[in-house]
Amino acid sequence: MPTESTTPENSSATAASTAQHGHHVVIPLAQPASAPTSEPTGRAITVREFSSWYGSFQALKSLDLTIPAQQVTAFIGPSGCGKSTFLRWINRMNDTIPSARAEGTLELHGQDLLAKSVDVVDLRRRVGMVFQKPNPFPKSIYDNVAFGPRLHRVYTRGELDELVEQSLRSASIWNEVKDRLHASALSLSGGQQQRLCIARAIAVGPEVLLMDEPCSALDPKSSLAIEELIEKLADRYTIVIVTHNMQQGARVSDQTAFFFEGRLIEAGSTETIFTTPKNKQTEDYVTGRFG
Amino acid sequence: MTTLPSTLHTPRDPASLGRAKSTAVRVLRERVIVGSLAIAACFSILVTGTIIVVLARETWGFFQFPDVSLGEFFGGTEWNPLLGAEKHFGIWPLVGGTLLITAIAASFALPIGVVTAVYLSEYASPRVRATLKPALEVLAGVPTVVYGFFALTIITPLLQKTNDGFGNYNAMSAGIATGIMILPIVCSLSEDSLRAVPRSLRDGALALGGTKFDVSVKVVVPAALSGIVAAFLLAITRAIGETMIVALAAGGIAQITADPRAEVQTMTAYMVQIFLGDAPADGVEYKSSYAVAAMLFVMTFALTMLGQFVLRRFREEYD
Repeated sequence: MPTESTTPENSSATAASTAQHGHHVVIPLAQPASAPTSEPTGRAITVREFSSWYGSFQALKSLDLTIPAQQVTAFIGPSGCGKSTFLRWINRMNDTIPSARAEGTLELHGQDLLAKSVDVVDLRRRVGMVFQKPNPFPKSIYDNVAFGPRLHRVYTRGELDELVEQSLRSASIWNEVKDRLHASALSLSGGQQQRLCIARAIAVGPEVLLMDEPCSALDPKSSLAIEELIEKLADRYTIVIVTHNMQQGARVSDQTAFFFEGRLIEAGSTETIFTTPKNKQTEDYVTGRFG
Repeated sequence: MTTLPSTLHTPRDPASLGRAKSTAVRVLRERVIVGSLAIAACFSILVTGTIIVVLARETWGFFQFPDVSLGEFFGGTEWNPLLGAEKHFGIWPLVGGTLLITAIAASFALPIGVVTAVYLSEYASPRVRATLKPALEVLAGVPTVVYGFFALTIITPLLQKTNDGFGNYNAMSAGIATGIMILPIVCSLSEDSLRAVPRSLRDGALALGGTKFDVSVKVVVPAALSGIVAAFLLAITRAIGETMIVALAAGGIAQITADPRAEVQTMTAYMVQIFLGDAPADGVEYKSSYAVAAMLFVMTFALTMLGQFVLRRFREEYD
């Protein structure tokens, strides 16, 4: 079960005031589709000396990072640098890989995500994920969006209809599918499928959305639609996006973290990372000299 | 690095090197290869065609006998070709016996097969799978006469302990043994179909907060349903055509009944009885087995076609 807070003051204080004191922002467990109430500048995810392994191979080496709430944070870096691996720790998808293990601190609003007591089902309801390739279920558009909510709560028909519509609207796909909600999701184009997957993810009311190269399988026009959607969603969700496309990272993100060979080389505001990076490797990467 | 021989510094025209191969030989060789491949491919079609022709001709011959009529064959409820003053050739008792055995086998093998397949595909650790799968494949390789023997000597006595109504030959025992026989087919084909469901769908459902059971039952099984149904149909086809088990354990009384304790005769068991010499060749009884065989062929053919249709019509394409 989720631990609500780690310190007594957090449990009674408002999120905004604790954020000013530099403590972890405590967000009440989200109700579906209700916006988190924290300050936009609050921390969502705190990472300290975080390392992870696949068997004996160390994939991540002592990361330190703070991911702000309700902003878009981009992870950039060459293939195999560990950015996707790290993303998959935030919702514990790495649990499906028997040889994967991690050490260090990884907290979401003060809750230790690596603790044995973490209920991954509840965690994944709070931390949604969008994958590299659109992966709609071979079901109707409606049933795709309703799938997550139905796992966690009991709805009347009317409530579910409302939730499905609201989620599809939030994912900017409602107008394209409203007349064929019961058609197969596989009849949609790739870009539409990816927006459906985003609608499916936000239908369960997450606080954080993880996106693992969400545009890499899409054409430029569909990618642009997803990018616009990401900007829109950042008002309500903390978004972490892994991208290979540096222009995309520069366009959509507020914060950027550069990964290289399992290490976090540099992190900061996107503007700083792309214009005046402190580290030589970061500069070489963002200017396209390698990777 | 060694220096290259000086001759290579002035490149020669590749066409001036080596000896030309004959174009005629190449063309001829290709023709011979294509021809032999085509003959090999046609062989199975030829055999199937021959079987259909023979069945049709002999069945036609059967219906020329004065004791026989199409109306009685498809409308009659009595099958009594060997004993008594009057012979009766109503196919339904044999079809009924076959269907009873098949229904018992299916209600045994289909649920167990699918549950086992879900376990193997979604839950079992690689080590458990490495033990269970070969065990199932061994089951698939057991000659069916062994299952028949097993039915007679193990299953029937066990059944008789639970209920006095079971005779030494009964539909239940043969049905269960047939179910054990088709279990590996159901399980193996269903598991193939489950494992063909892309991992990305499982990840998608897990990432929404689904438990392993949610993922298996609400995503993976529905996505694999066409393959599972096709596995059912193939297994049922095999159960309908199964001969040795029913010939040994089901008995020899052709009767329409739904009582699993009763003795029944299936279409296949009847043919065994005839061809093992109970009837004089060219007599009406002998010929009747061809009509029964034709009926069996039509039934299994229809099921196979249905299976193909389900696979083609309902398969989701994943790349």
